[in-house]
Amino acid sequence: MEPIIRATNLVKRYGKVTALDHCDFELMPGEILAVIGDNGAGKSTLIKAISGAVTPDEGEVQLEGQTVHFRSPIDAREAGIETVYQTLAMSPALSIADNMFMGRELRKPGWRGKVLKQLDRRRMEEFARQKLNDLGLMTIQNINQAVETLSGGQRQGVAVARAAAFGSKVIILDEPTAALGVKESRRVLELILDVKSRGIPIILISHNMPHVFEVADRIHVHRLGKRLCVIDPKQHSMSDAVAFMTGAKEPPVAA
Amino acid sequence: MTSQDYEGAATGASADVAHFEDEQKGLLGHFQHALHVTPALVPLIVLLVGISIFGLILGERFFSPGTLTLILQQVQIVGILAAAQTLIILTAGIDLSVGAIAVFCTVIMGQVTFRYFIPGAEGMFDCLIGASERDLARAIEAGTASGHCNPTLGSILSSVAIVIGLAVGTIIGAISGWLVARVKLPPFIVTLGMWQIVLAANYLYSRNETIRGRDIAEAAPPLQFLGTTFSIGGANFTLGVILMLVLVVVLAYCLRSTAWGRHVYAVGDDPEAAELAGVNVRRTLISVYMIAGFICALAAWAMIGRFSSVSPSASTGVVGNIQAITAVVIGGISLFGGRGSIVGAFFGALIVGTFELGLRMAGADPQWTFMLIGALIIGAVAVDQWIRKVAA
Repeated sequence: MEPIIRATNLVKRYGKVTALDHCDFELMPGEILAVIGDNGAGKSTLIKAISGAVTPDEGEVQLEGQTVHFRSPIDAREAGIETVYQTLAMSPALSIADNMFMGRELRKPGWRGKVLKQLDRRRMEEFARQKLNDLGLMTIQNINQAVETLSGGQRQGVAVARAAAFGSKVIILDEPTAALGVKESRRVLELILDVKSRGIPIILISHNMPHVFEVADRIHVHRLGKRLCVIDPKQHSMSDAVAFMTGAKEPPVAA
Repeated sequence: MTSQDYEGAATGASADVAHFEDEQKGLLGHFQHALHVTPALVPLIVLLVGISIFGLILGERFFSPGTLTLILQQVQIVGILAAAQTLIILTAGIDLSVGAIAVFCTVIMGQVTFRYFIPGAEGMFDCLIGASERDLARAIEAGTASGHCNPTLGSILSSVAIVIGLAVGTIIGAISGWLVARVKLPPFIVTLGMWQIVLAANYLYSRNETIRGRDIAEAAPPLQFLGTTFSIGGANFTLGVILMLVLVVVLAYCLRSTAWGRHVYAVGDDPEAAELAGVNVRRTLISVYMIAGFICALAAWAMIGRFSSVSPSASTGVVGNIQAITAVVIGGISLFGGRGSIVGAFFGALIVGTFELGLRMAGADPQWTFMLIGALIIGAVAVDQWIRKVAA
């Protein structure tokens, strides 16, 4: 089977620091691939190189067999790759609907949209409410309330809903459960499985081993700027994974 | 794997989402929430209170259509500049050059008209470069005794000069915007420098000459077009006032109901988040500075209408920026960006105008006005901080 995303030989240097050192990466269709690694291993840089936030110095990224050169997250988004950043990338003072449609607003049909460029608020609000309901994620009364008035879990939910609503090929989730409570984490995990069941592959970056082992099909272990190995969560234990990513244990020969 | 069992303990928990009694918010809480949703409410209340107080003290003399519309006429320049300032401050920037750009554009509009287009007798040929000899003769014949071109030609040419002035304002804005968005210099520094550069260019280019109102009225009436006055039932309006009102309405629409407006707020709120969410931050910033420059040039046109003459040493060049910032801050727009509405800035400008005129009519020392405005600025920022604490 052809990987949906294949990155080969990625190199990224920040001054004297090498964040990515000839790193390879593969994401298969329909799978949940977890990316784990110690702090500073270069996970974030790898993900940014794929999501367009960082342009690698060397190497190439292929999406469905085609080489792509993303110069910004907008490029990646247009190609169907949606990312939920750890910072969530939301404007706190703007409403949920505004945030969901940021950068891809809907305009009213007819002259009001074409000439006056008027936004179609009703359509955007309906869509946003629909998506939040679909995910059964939360009880938000008012789709027009500012994002800053939401709790951490609700914000995360809105960000995931945004990605799930628009991501057509790949969804990248960076530490989606890091800031959440037990019940909220559970909902986000259910949501991840729900998105997977629709056939969209997911890249999940997480430090939470129980969460990773619960939902991931494969686990990419990142160490010292490159892929150390890819392991099957059914054949390895969490302590194995931690041992690999910290260098306490040698990786299996072939993944 | 039995590691997930710990979550099983939560299954028996109540499924209710945390919710709070509305009563706990109380009247103050509701008020705070209302302000959070409609930030222009604070300056509106202050404005209405101010007008009522002066109305009570001064009676008919103040509370008449003539006086109230006089306030509008007096704040039109600051009001227009405040509209430009609002856009910049919404992106978490600040523009110290608005007044200087406005004055420079008045000079451009005036000097281009009188130096190149209709320069008087000895410069006659300059104004008709490229015309045939017969045309020249006819033009000279048609010219007035003092050597001016005829008024129709003057009108057309000065209209061209206005367009040039508007273009110059936009270009200066574009340069600032480029420096802020591309070179990533702080807006304060860029516009502080631009303020000095533009003001100096203004004196150098104008050779510190004033163009008299009478000359403009005779030879180039379009320059004074925005000074055109009309009354409706005792209320006096100028076209400059109408321009200000239209500008506020148009910008309010753009900021509220277009994607561009939402992007302006998002960029001011958190530029990195906006970028990641798919907003072209650079283009948004440059467009904001360009539009602000254009609005400053509109203020320039309104200035010629209001003062009828063109003077490079108009006080707007030096204090216009501070006046505009004052109106914006009193109008409840956050200096940290992303919060506030242009209508608030308009109310802010009106508040300053109301207190200035009201206190003058009441015979108070003008220093009281400044003292009051100072207190209002601090009060407005304090209210902004309070509103930010709201959780809806």
